[in-house]
Amino acid sequence: MTHLPLDQQLLDTCAALLLLLSFAMLSQRRIVTLVNLYALQGAVLAAATLLLAWRTGEDHLYLSAALTLALKVALLPWLLHRLIRRLDVYWDTEPLLNVTGTMLAGLVIVVFAFALAQPITRLASTATRSAVGIAVSVVLLAFLMMITRRKAMSQVIGFLSMENGVFFGAMSASYGMPMVVELGVALDVLVAVLVLGVFFFQIRERFESLDLHHLESLKEHD
Amino acid sequence: MNAVAWLTQGLEAVVALAAAPALLGWVNQCRAWLQNRRAPSLWQPYGTLRKLLHKEVLIAENASPLFRLAPYVTFGAMVLAAGIIPSMGTRLPLVASADAIALVGLFAAARMFMALAAMDVGTAFGTLGARREMMVGFLAEPALLMVILVASLTSSSTALPAITEALVSGHLGLSPSLAFSAVAFILVLLAENARIPVDNPATHLELTMIHEATLLEYSGRHLALMEWAAQLKLFNYVCIGFALFLPWGVAVGRIGPVGLLVAAPALALKLTAAGAGLALIETLSAKMRVMRIPEFLATAFLFAVLGLLVHVLLGA
Amino acid sequence: MHILVHPVITPLPKLLVGCVALLLGWGAVGVAGLLRPRSVRLAGRVLFPLGALIGFALAALAVTSLLGGGIERMVLPIGLPGLPAHLRLDPLSSVFLALLGATAGGISLFAGGYFRAGQGTAPGLLGLQYHLFLASMGWVLIAADAYSFLLAWEAMALTSYFLVVTEHRRAEIRRAGLIYLLMAHVGALAILLAFGVMHGSGPFTFHAMRAAHLSAGWAAAAFLLALAGFGAKAGLVPLHVWLPEAHPAAPSPVSALMSGVMLKTAVYGMLRVALDLLGPPVWWWGLVPLALGLFTILYGALFAAVQTDMKRLLAYSSVENIGVIFTGIGLTIVFAGSGMPAVAALALLATLYHCLNHAMMKSLLFLGTGAVLHATGERNLGRLGGLIHRMPWVAWLTLIGTLAIAGLPPLNGFVSEWLLLQSFLFGDQVPHTFVNLLIPMGMAVVVLGAALAGYVMVKFYGVIFLGRPREAALEHAHDCGWLERIGLAWLALGCLALGLLPVQVIGALGRVSAQLVGAVVPQASAHGWLLAPVPGRPVSYGPAVLLTATVAVVLLTVLVVRLFFPQRVRRVSAWDCGFGALTPRMQDTAEGFGQPIRHLFQPFFEMQRELPAPGDSAPRYRIAIRERIWTLAYEPLCAAIDGLANIAARVQQGRISVYLLYSFVTLLVLLAVALLS
Repeated sequence: MTHLPLDQQLLDTCAALLLLLSFAMLSQRRIVTLVNLYALQGAVLAAATLLLAWRTGEDHLYLSAALTLALKVALLPWLLHRLIRRLDVYWDTEPLLNVTGTMLAGLVIVVFAFALAQPITRLASTATRSAVGIAVSVVLLAFLMMITRRKAMSQVIGFLSMENGVFFGAMSASYGMPMVVELGVALDVLVAVLVLGVFFFQIRERFESLDLHHLESLKEHD
Repeated sequence: MNAVAWLTQGLEAVVALAAAPALLGWVNQCRAWLQNRRAPSLWQPYGTLRKLLHKEVLIAENASPLFRLAPYVTFGAMVLAAGIIPSMGTRLPLVASADAIALVGLFAAARMFMALAAMDVGTAFGTLGARREMMVGFLAEPALLMVILVASLTSSSTALPAITEALVSGHLGLSPSLAFSAVAFILVLLAENARIPVDNPATHLELTMIHEATLLEYSGRHLALMEWAAQLKLFNYVCIGFALFLPWGVAVGRIGPVGLLVAAPALALKLTAAGAGLALIETLSAKMRVMRIPEFLATAFLFAVLGLLVHVLLGA
Repeated sequence: MHILVHPVITPLPKLLVGCVALLLGWGAVGVAGLLRPRSVRLAGRVLFPLGALIGFALAALAVTSLLGGGIERMVLPIGLPGLPAHLRLDPLSSVFLALLGATAGGISLFAGGYFRAGQGTAPGLLGLQYHLFLASMGWVLIAADAYSFLLAWEAMALTSYFLVVTEHRRAEIRRAGLIYLLMAHVGALAILLAFGVMHGSGPFTFHAMRAAHLSAGWAAAAFLLALAGFGAKAGLVPLHVWLPEAHPAAPSPVSALMSGVMLKTAVYGMLRVALDLLGPPVWWWGLVPLALGLFTILYGALFAAVQTDMKRLLAYSSVENIGVIFTGIGLTIVFAGSGMPAVAALALLATLYHCLNHAMMKSLLFLGTGAVLHATGERNLGRLGGLIHRMPWVAWLTLIGTLAIAGLPPLNGFVSEWLLLQSFLFGDQVPHTFVNLLIPMGMAVVVLGAALAGYVMVKFYGVIFLGRPREAALEHAHDCGWLERIGLAWLALGCLALGLLPVQVIGALGRVSAQLVGAVVPQASAHGWLLAPVPGRPVSYGPAVLLTATVAVVLLTVLVVRLFFPQRVRRVSAWDCGFGALTPRMQDTAEGFGQPIRHLFQPFFEMQRELPAPGDSAPRYRIAIRERIWTLAYEPLCAAIDGLANIAARVQQGRISVYLLYSFVTLLVLLAVALLS
């Protein structure tokens, strides 16, 4: 057993927790719980950022930790919860692929992601293979979640979780993105949620449901 | 040395025997408090056992000797398991002849005897219970074994005490895979001990019951032994959890009976916390449909497998 | 860790001569049956018990040879001119000979009481086929050149084919036999090709093959061909399709022999080729049997769980166990090829141990179903039940096999599973990225398969022996005779012995690991009673201690409970939640017990359901499950071959002049070729 320094161990643990939460989301049907898991993922992300900031002494990482905390743990979950209440969607219907199948696919994805992480790790000097691998896994798993769900709400959460993965990847590969980019992304995410919220109301108004298979009737040729 | 060692071994099993009903009583008490009910006494399970032991035994006419043997085998397996799990001390003699894989095998043997006994009388509910019990078992058992094997990979030994000692001595540091294992383990614990999202120990509703359905034909001392075995199983599972995730307070190295008792307060403290946590989980969750259970357990199994994956990935 | 074995060649191969004599003895016993082919008494009371004695003698001889650890060689001037039969007895052969002798002994005793008059083939003829089958299996194990190996191999296939179609008047049995014969020959062809590749340019003796230096590509080709050939015989998915057809069709002692012993000859062949004849194995070869084995475990277990015919259920369970064995072979090769001989030895021991275990427990179970079949005439689980009251001997002895195959300590199934898991735990040290990641994942499959086996066995035992009889006719079922009881008891004893004495068994098997992978594992801890075979890890297992402790605790509990709470026991009618109108038909059927598995793994199965309509006057529920592999692979393959055959058939015109034209053209072409070259 190699002995890593404590902060590296903590960082690895945070990374593993991120992955764990991604899988928990994959296995969860209740949308309310999904939002809570998302908030938790945000919290772990903030903790990891803080850890990294303390370790590297880079000031802007403190800022981005604070931003993460405010946006992903507090604001977005609050918005989403409100949306759920207003739209009255607490449960997703049966997913397209059952949970066991999805998780098995998730396992394969993780292996694939780690294979992918190998060359990236060689490029970036700061990143460990595990961190990059987990970041890629989180992105792909969120993608998987978006594919298998039917309700638009779950897909938005999947989208947000994907952004978490990108953020973690950037952070571990190059100690965070430039502040401008980060702020831009944060703003983007916020706006996206707001726009999508409006969009949901429109969908429900039109189809009286948030189930996305209704959108299939929009295609021209039948 | 040997006599003392075996005495210590016996003591550990006896403590488990004595404490197991109290753990269940404590969980029930916490649940009642959390649900704004008046709580039964902590000693209620002891009273139930006593009552059952004093009752006449009714056995179905067509029950075979297997039916009468099963409670003793189940109970014996659980007592033995309690001796193997390092709940208070790690260097006990029995441990050398049964590692964690054998422990899971013991649990499987108990389950199999219980299922066979349930099928023995040939009632509709009995076979239903046996089928469901085996359904829970065939997924929960590998999940438990995977959890243990992940820990074995970390400490290069499948003996539970070795795992515990490695964790206590802190050679391993934080192991991220433990997070996955812990989630998997909690899910398995709930399922295996007929706790709420999977089974409801308080009802005999045919649509949902699993564990109780296998015991329907038992009465008197046989039922008492089965109930006691179930309580011991809960105790054992919680102690496995301690051994894998919260090993602090366990007496490491060679100890006598006295050393064992020194470790008892730590165990009591951990059991109190775990019981309260269990009650909280049960209160917060709702019973799920029977055919959702495989999904629940498959999730547990896959979490355990993920733990393995993360261990290999992050360890390499 | 390397321990080199210097082959000890004794001047007079006493043991080998004894072996050959015993095999010939089997042949003689078989031929003796022809004296009075219709006599059940001669076959049942004299010949089969005599065959059993020969079996035990063979086992004793093989164990002696194994403990001696020597290698004996012999050349017999039989066979074609210039191609004498080479024979060889080494530790690997000895293990499998012991397996053959001990298992066949128990089965023959049972068979002595089992075969009755008036069932297809006459008993004398059946005895001939049976004993020739035994002798040919023995010959396979001692053959040391490709020619005599394949001759014995084919004899084994043919005699077992005739045994499978004993009740040849039924069409489905003839069909099962045909599938079996076909697969056996496809397999034999692959083995023939493998030997063809391996012999290089030398003679066809195994000795020459060991010395031949093959290029990497040819060696891999030989390995894969051998895997296909032996895999087809062993029942490795996707070549397992004959197994669930042939095993139920054959009479039970034959099923027991085929499942318990014949499948192991294929394992023997695989080990012989991969670890002995081909020289030091390349690590990646192991990945193929490993992956196939893991898949086979899951596949066999799942299909076993949904069967309704008790012998088919056991056949699929055999498929699963073959999966475990090939997983072990795969691990052995991976470890041996990666420079980890000690761990390879551990995996090899797990493989061999599982072979022994499976021979004992599966034979026991098949014989148990045979006894049930005889007593009730039913193979369908849905028409059995409650037999523990009518047939206590069969029921209690079968229980041992059931618990053993479910992998419960302290019985034997657990030991090999334990060894296999211990060797899996070294998987992350294999020096190849991704492989070291995937091998530990295989552990999950093994564990899942073991748990599923438990499920299957509760279904098997519970539905047949427990509960209430589902048919009125079962009330008249009778227990089996004393010869059958001895046979069953012998095999049950084997299960117990293999479970409780792993230290001694492992010690003996160590010679094989020394021979094949050049390493032995430490067998026992300091106390001598605990099995501690894992190199460099403080892990031990002591089944005897465990059993003693369990028995002690159980006895103590009985004593205490009886002493302090001596309340009387009253027999009453079953309670069942106070539900009065209880009939035996309300118990779970085999279909019902398999329902969770069917539901959970739906995509695996091809299901046809017949559901009763509401208001049906005679409601009927039927579910038929088929393997997808038939529609996905075998049927298209058959259709393709049929199509090719049709094209080829155009050549056949039926007119003499056309055929003469063919000959004429061929002659011209050959002459032209000769002219040009």
